[in-house]
Amino acid sequence: MSVVSSPPPARAQSRGRGRGRSQRSRETLAAWLFLAPSTLHFVVFTVGALIASLVISTWQWDLVTEHQFIGVDNYTALVNDPQFFTSLGVTGIYCLITIPSGIVLGMLIALALNQKLRGMATFRFVYFIPYVAPVAAVALLWRWMYNTQYGILNWFLSGILPGDVNIDWLGDPRLAIVAAGIMDVWKNLGWSVTLFTAGLLAIPAHYYEAAELDGASAWQRFRYVTFPLLTPTTFFLVVMGVIGSFQVFDSIYLMLGDTPSSHATTYNFYIWQQGFRYNNMGYAAALSWVLFAIIGIVTFLQFKFLNKRVNYELG
Amino acid sequence: MSSANASLARRVVGYAALIALAVVAAAPLLWMLSTSLKSNSNVFSYPPQWIPHDWKFSNYTSLWDDLPMNRWLLNTAFISTAVVLGQLLFCSMAAYAFARMTFRGRDLLFYVFLASLMVPYQVTLIPAFVLISKLGWIDTYKALIIPQLSTPFGIFMLRQFFMTLPKELEEAARLDGASYWRIYRTIIIPLAKPSLLAFGVFSFIGMWGDFLWPLIVTNTPDKMTLTVGLNYLSNSYNTDWARLMAGDVISLAPLMLIYAIAQRYFIQGIAMTGLKG
Repeated sequence: MSVVSSPPPARAQSRGRGRGRSQRSRETLAAWLFLAPSTLHFVVFTVGALIASLVISTWQWDLVTEHQFIGVDNYTALVNDPQFFTSLGVTGIYCLITIPSGIVLGMLIALALNQKLRGMATFRFVYFIPYVAPVAAVALLWRWMYNTQYGILNWFLSGILPGDVNIDWLGDPRLAIVAAGIMDVWKNLGWSVTLFTAGLLAIPAHYYEAAELDGASAWQRFRYVTFPLLTPTTFFLVVMGVIGSFQVFDSIYLMLGDTPSSHATTYNFYIWQQGFRYNNMGYAAALSWVLFAIIGIVTFLQFKFLNKRVNYELG
Repeated sequence: MSSANASLARRVVGYAALIALAVVAAAPLLWMLSTSLKSNSNVFSYPPQWIPHDWKFSNYTSLWDDLPMNRWLLNTAFISTAVVLGQLLFCSMAAYAFARMTFRGRDLLFYVFLASLMVPYQVTLIPAFVLISKLGWIDTYKALIIPQLSTPFGIFMLRQFFMTLPKELEEAARLDGASYWRIYRTIIIPLAKPSLLAFGVFSFIGMWGDFLWPLIVTNTPDKMTLTVGLNYLSNSYNTDWARLMAGDVISLAPLMLIYAIAQRYFIQGIAMTGLKG
């Protein structure tokens, strides 16, 4: 803070426009020096990488031997690749498992918590532990919990359901993706609860007072006040949930290994498999551009169709 | 009276929900801890026991005997710290230029950075890997650190925060003839400490848990991070659950410690990534 208190230098203020220009070019130079490291990084690892990725997607290339230019063949090959469609389907199923349950549970819990209860900070600390923990670590833990014979989950389910529960969570090819989804919901519950809690805090009390004066029941207050005013949070969670589902890799790799059944191969996992297991760099790059397009289209459609139902009155 | 009852009922429901969720969140982690201390026969006892029969700490020490645990811990701590420090420096410098300086093309460049947030990381993953392998950086710290040193997200987040800082101090300093670097270092950075900490903690936790990038750019156990080490562990111990869970606990413990200390900043970081972005 010594900068502020030092006496102003007796500098001539009369140099007029010349000073203004040199001041401006000094500012431009300084700005570019400040921006240099990030911009250099951006040019190499984002702009350059995007261009390179587009170029590689027109190659047949195993990283070792000479590449071959094949034009759009990698893209047209997708149409005849059943695993491409299966992976899209698996990712869609993953969205259906994780997004609605994350939203419903997150909203219910946030509603239950929406009172000035003591000890909230301690509880919040606990809720965030799964969110903070690396996916790799919790995937290994859940692989153990999903164990058919000795897993704690089947034991727990046997306790609350009739008969002995012996679900082969990870061995059944179609169930494995459900298992990965359940773990995901567990891991991210603290996040959606926190976002809904923040959303609830933003609703002014006089909305409820007015509703109460009109004789609205608790359900009506939820249906016509709380729920509409939480739609920005819900919308955000849907958009982020779809994007997140297209990124799933760690949990599949650590729970199911490097060759899971095709019904558990998520889209991102398939990209990794093509690129880093089968060394089809060109095909993997094409897959990643298709992913980019899909995420772009899905997000655009969400904004176009869901956004209409979002109430931004408080925003 | 009835409203007092209703408020009591609401509070009971509230606490029931709080506790239920805490149990759901914590039980799997307690199960991890419990398993990590069990003998092999105890691991497979049915019904499962939450309290280990005989506290077998050798599950932990044997990991250190068999695997380069210290190396993995050090690698992870070193890489995460280096990346976070780099991101804090580079992102805050760029954020300062975007927030406070006027120059031609500023807004255009800023929007280009902003637009890149929509690019999924898979698209740049393959060229980044190709570049790293052409440079001969596979299995080096450079490969693990340099590609992560700046993020458009960090620039955006810090710029938003810098915009909210009062301008008076800077203007006074400018009149005093202080250089931009000096203003950045002596005024902006001290004022922005809370947001820098929030971003730093958030980024640190992300780096600690990063899996895919370290998996593809490391080959030898010497350069692995804890998450990749866990994969190595799970391949070598297969169904030795006690030791696998001990490895899990080791990979989590330092992160949990940091989370416990910096909880406030971490939750602020999450809030910043959230809604109003």
